[in-house]
Amino acid sequence: MVQFGIFTVGDVTTDPTTGRTPTEHERIKAMVAIALKAEEVGLDVFATGEHHNPPFVPSSPTTMLGYIAARTERLILSTSTTLITTNDPVKIAEDFAMLQHLAEGRVDLMMGRGNTGPVYPWFGQDIRQGIPLAIENYALLHELWRKDVVDWEGRFRTPLQGFTSTPRPLDGVPPFVWHGSIRSPEIAEQAAFYGDGFFANNIFWPKNHFQRLISLYRERYAHYGHGTPEQAIVGLGGQVFMRKNSQDAVREFRPYFDNAPVYGHGPSLEDFTSQTPLTVGSPQEVIEKTLAFRESFGDYQRQLFLMDHAGLPLKTVLEQLDLLGEEVVPVLRKEFAAGRPAEVPDGPTHAALLARRDVAELDAAAAEPAGSIA
Amino acid sequence: MNTLRLVVVSAGLSQPSSTRLLADRLAEATGRRLAGAGRAVDVDVVELRDLAVDIANNLVTGFPGPRLLAATEAVTAADGVIAVSPIFTASYSGLFKSFFDVLDNTALIGKPVLIAATGGTARHSLALEHALRPMFGYLRAIVPPTAVYAASEDWGAVGDAGAGGLADRIERAAGELAGLLTNRPSAEATVAEATIDEVVPFAQQLAALRPGKPA
Ligand SMILES: Cc1cc2nc3c(=O)[nH]c(=O)nc-3n(C[C@H](O)[C@H](O)[C@H](O)COP(=O)(O)O)c2cc1C
Repeated sequence: MVQFGIFTVGDVTTDPTTGRTPTEHERIKAMVAIALKAEEVGLDVFATGEHHNPPFVPSSPTTMLGYIAARTERLILSTSTTLITTNDPVKIAEDFAMLQHLAEGRVDLMMGRGNTGPVYPWFGQDIRQGIPLAIENYALLHELWRKDVVDWEGRFRTPLQGFTSTPRPLDGVPPFVWHGSIRSPEIAEQAAFYGDGFFANNIFWPKNHFQRLISLYRERYAHYGHGTPEQAIVGLGGQVFMRKNSQDAVREFRPYFDNAPVYGHGPSLEDFTSQTPLTVGSPQEVIEKTLAFRESFGDYQRQLFLMDHAGLPLKTVLEQLDLLGEEVVPVLRKEFAAGRPAEVPDGPTHAALLARRDVAELDAAAAEPAGSIA
Repeated sequence: MNTLRLVVVSAGLSQPSSTRLLADRLAEATGRRLAGAGRAVDVDVVELRDLAVDIANNLVTGFPGPRLLAATEAVTAADGVIAVSPIFTASYSGLFKSFFDVLDNTALIGKPVLIAATGGTARHSLALEHALRPMFGYLRAIVPPTAVYAASEDWGAVGDAGAGGLADRIERAAGELAGLLTNRPSAEATVAEATIDEVVPFAQQLAALRPGKPA
């Protein structure tokens, strides 16, 4: 099954229609309300960004996700993204393993290199080493979650001798990892090498670019023996604003679009919607545009929508989530299930990873010739 | 022999534009030289005036719209480029610079790029040498020694003894560009984003980070 959810940047942005700017406190509480609403309307995933500068609030994702975990039952808590370049991989290992225990396994995370240059020097790193940092830090994180005692030496961090990262992952199964990417083929290659997920943050860019990146990832996933290209684990972004009536959606969203920090004061809403995944219209239009993702990128595992940015008020965002949960996602679930080949994996969950691990162990035990213990 | 692909980038704003006129004369002279050497050439013209809004949008959004994408792909796939800007405020025009700002900074590596400019006054001719040439140097293009400047007065003058007239300078620059193009294998393979398919295998990326390796 495809997992559906939302991802938030956590920006504090002035509502261009009222001139009002929420406080940081209001924004943080709004993010929580949005996450709870996501579970209420039947979505599968809530993911938060990580930022270390204004006007963004989410500097401490596991704190926020831990709080949300305590107030939800089914929602998978994730990130978009966790900065693998500037966080200490040891601390990521610890924080997310802790969160995984508290949330009963409802945790995964998405690695990213970040888009804010000064974060590197603020955390004592060199931006020119962005890709090597992503590679080395993740190699260590991967090992910390899989080996009880780690001896390790690298280029960017103090060596470790006899180090055990605690708590150990829940049931001995590390959280699932996505690698988020906009540009770099190296990250597609990294995701493929480990058999991890690849999340193409395609929302601000035309699709041909992502078709190349995703097909590279699928090919390399097969090359490294994790399965067929169709079995690779792909996630996609999306960005929508809906009203029952398409013209109402356009009229209401236009001032937010025109003033949006990311693309505002640039192309027209019409050009941007024709060139990128942004859909502003009726639920039916959102359904059609999202279904077309499968044509472009193949059957995939996770669809995250950006819903709460550009200064949209909380009330509007909650209404958007009602529409998403009631009118869009049920249809998408049905349509995506139809014609989905049996060998295409579902979106990753702790339960599924645990079951797969157990099967692998049974197979290994069965392959052991009898009496070999002696 | 493959047909060579020559792309002319003109940033003139007036219509008709003297910048475009200069660009066309350079392209014509280059084509003639190549024909003399037995090489066929296809010439494409990118008029930046038509792409002004797309270029501004790309600066804001970070990605090119379809028309601008076609233009940047044409430049990237070209065997050679003729880049001509009007001189505004003693340098290349902002539109000209912005086009090369949104072009991938690997697009011109090793590519012959003939530079030229038009201006109201001959006193700004060295803008070619202190603004355009270093920019293309940064982009690692191969810029022929002759850069062609046409001030308003040049369009009706015969030139001086040292430099020759505008027509002479056009011929000399075209000859240099044609020479670079004939000595160069065709750029078939260097299509936009070819780099995506040339990923370094992961084991190699990891190995490069092993302690003991020079940083
Ligand atoms: C805003 C502006 C600034 C200009 N500054 C200069 C200058 O500093 N030096 C110069 O020689 N010509 C200058 N000019 C004249 C242009 O270079 C001249 O109009 C141009 O070469 C004509 O090209 P076109 O016919 O292709 O538009 C300027 C023109 C404009 C519009």
